[in-house]
Amino acid sequence: MKKIIGLLVVFFLTIVGVILFLRPKEIPQTLTSQLKEKSTEKHIPSVDHSKFTVLKKKFSRAQDVTEACISCHTETHKEVMASSHWNWQREEYVKGRGIIHIGKHNALNNFCIGVEGNEKSCAKCHIGFGMTADLSSFTDSTNIDCLVCHDNSETYAKGAEMSGDPDPSVDLSAVAQSVGLPKRSNCGVCHFYGGGGNNVKHGDLEKSMFEPSKEVDVHMAVEGSNLACVDCHTAENHNLKGKIYSLSSMNRDRSSCEQCHTEAPHAASILNEHTLKVACQTCHIPTYAKVNATKTDWDWSTAGELHDGKPFETDDKDGNHTYLSIKGSFKWGKNLKPEYIWFNGTADHYLLGDTVSDTSKPLEINTLNGSYSDPDSKIIPVKIHRAKQPYDPVTKMLIQPKLFADEKGEGAFWKDFDWARASAVGMKDVGLPFSGKYTFINTEMTWPINHMVAPKEESVKCIECHTNNGSRLAGLNDFYMPARDHSPFIDSAGILLIAVSLLGVFIHGSIRVYSSKKRKEGGAK
Amino acid sequence: MKKQVYIYKSFERFWHWTQAFLIFFLGFTGFEIHGSFTFFGYQNAVEYHNIAAYAFIILIAFAIFWHFSTGEWKQYVPTLTNIKAQINFYLIGIFRDAPHPTKKTVLSKLNPLQRLVYAGLKLLVIPVMVISGLLYMFYRYPQAGGVVGLDINSVEPIALFHTAGAFALVAFVIVHLYLITTGHKPTTNLKAMITGYEDLEEEESEKGSEIKEVAGAEAAADISETETPALPAKNLD
Repeated sequence: MKKIIGLLVVFFLTIVGVILFLRPKEIPQTLTSQLKEKSTEKHIPSVDHSKFTVLKKKFSRAQDVTEACISCHTETHKEVMASSHWNWQREEYVKGRGIIHIGKHNALNNFCIGVEGNEKSCAKCHIGFGMTADLSSFTDSTNIDCLVCHDNSETYAKGAEMSGDPDPSVDLSAVAQSVGLPKRSNCGVCHFYGGGGNNVKHGDLEKSMFEPSKEVDVHMAVEGSNLACVDCHTAENHNLKGKIYSLSSMNRDRSSCEQCHTEAPHAASILNEHTLKVACQTCHIPTYAKVNATKTDWDWSTAGELHDGKPFETDDKDGNHTYLSIKGSFKWGKNLKPEYIWFNGTADHYLLGDTVSDTSKPLEINTLNGSYSDPDSKIIPVKIHRAKQPYDPVTKMLIQPKLFADEKGEGAFWKDFDWARASAVGMKDVGLPFSGKYTFINTEMTWPINHMVAPKEESVKCIECHTNNGSRLAGLNDFYMPARDHSPFIDSAGILLIAVSLLGVFIHGSIRVYSSKKRKEGGAK
Repeated sequence: MKKQVYIYKSFERFWHWTQAFLIFFLGFTGFEIHGSFTFFGYQNAVEYHNIAAYAFIILIAFAIFWHFSTGEWKQYVPTLTNIKAQINFYLIGIFRDAPHPTKKTVLSKLNPLQRLVYAGLKLLVIPVMVISGLLYMFYRYPQAGGVVGLDINSVEPIALFHTAGAFALVAFVIVHLYLITTGHKPTTNLKAMITGYEDLEEEESEKGSEIKEVAGAEAAADISETETPALPAKNLD
């Protein structure tokens, strides 16, 4: 007995020792608190722009403000004019295409389709003034709109359909004297409203992010770390880190969670191991569009219906458009679970003039590359926006229609509601042929979800993926995942083996009981 | 003439019952990880399974040392001697209350079928489970405890071996639990594994004392001597 106790003690001491040895070290707690502390440090500007005499005057033109900026910041305009915020394009290497320029001039989307021919309206979200179709404004540094990013008075606004010029009501002198680091509002005014309305495009970037609660975004929460966009999207020479793969193609200049959190931020090593194949966002953004709905589906083919010759709209109970004569029918979603894909940081895009022969499955407007077997790939959460958009069945090209114009009769769909005419004018503007025939094909556009990070308690639980019943990763079938996947052969062979064992034991036992009873009866006789 | 014999030494019993508990626990948490049911919660099941796995590996290390230092390993060397009689006993004799064809002694506790099954368990199923289990933990992840990743492309073959072994162990446990009732009385074997003592036919000079002093070589010699010849299954009716 003593020996047993001794052995037990030795054995369990060994186990306790091993567990203590393998127990995760508790560094991450201090990392998080360090980060929290850092986020409370306030930025103190080294200059007060209201004290500069060059800014204390009445500006009649926005370009004069820019000139005043450049008079002190003598080289900054060169940085800005080299940035993608200015050029709306980047030089990218794309496998199969080589080194090309990809940007808003040649890549399409499945929302308002494209910029070409619609510059006057689209320029509201360009950091410049006086945009025209020939883009001649892009070579003049005084057309840089410093204020849209650096206004800290929250009174600056660009006018609607004014080629990027400020709204006439803006007091340019007051705004110029208030400039500072970009705030959430500076970025949000464009990036929250992409696609023609709040949260239309991204799903994880929308007006609730101006002042979000912790539940909506743990980083930007006003009562929490209260981070500004530029705290993560840091800039070097006016080149901001981070980009969205609606236009980007290469794995570079990305903004990442690891910048602050390191690659192994969890206390449990099994969670750190997951980061090899699973992006942080996959577990830490369980839902997006948490406050306001995002557009999930856009059907251009129904556009053009008129009531008494006039365009009309219908809305759902939350005020989201479900139909617009100028744009077609929409579907919206709120509190959405993302879809998941493998992504290695590189992407390809449908570019103007590409031909599409197979229209049986939806055309990928942007293709995010990746697979399980690719060591650079991780699983990321995405919003997939599905649409039906115009297509020329003869030239096999997506159509860039002319949408916007000031007047009727220029061929713009939003004024004349004539697809054939709008397609002809639009394709002529971009220098591509149009056969005169048009139809509508299904397209998909993939938007990585990176914001609206939830408090850690609300992270995706293991069982939400590791299950064979409605796994979040049910769509990613190029790898084996415990609990989700089984070998039908091994499982059925195993169950059969257990069944045969039980049956054998039952039959053998029954005969034993029966024969021993019989023997006893025989003995009694 | 029957005599109470000390047949299962204290370590042996400790090893047996700890192993029994660990196999049950590993099986239970393992099939939760397999997705067969939900009980502890997935994350807990994985953590518990891993801790139990390390405990099992430590136990195996102790057991291997014990088997070799005492010479007990020789008890598991498979033999064909008497195997036919043993099969006959389980298929026919047992229903007629025939005596066990293999005499159980301290130095030869296992009948030829047991030798075969236990040797298979120790040399095939458990090693498959331990190796595939360790690969499961370390197949890919360079971060885990600073261990350099093995860079195996997919967990699939590892998982399939591990699952197959688990099914084999479940089947073993079912049959094992039943067969321990085939002793002299249904509870004879269970009692013996708990107390260490069993009433056996008296033999040689061996008393109910412990034999741990017996050196491996001597024990081996003894085993071959005490190998009992096949007894015909006799119908006592």
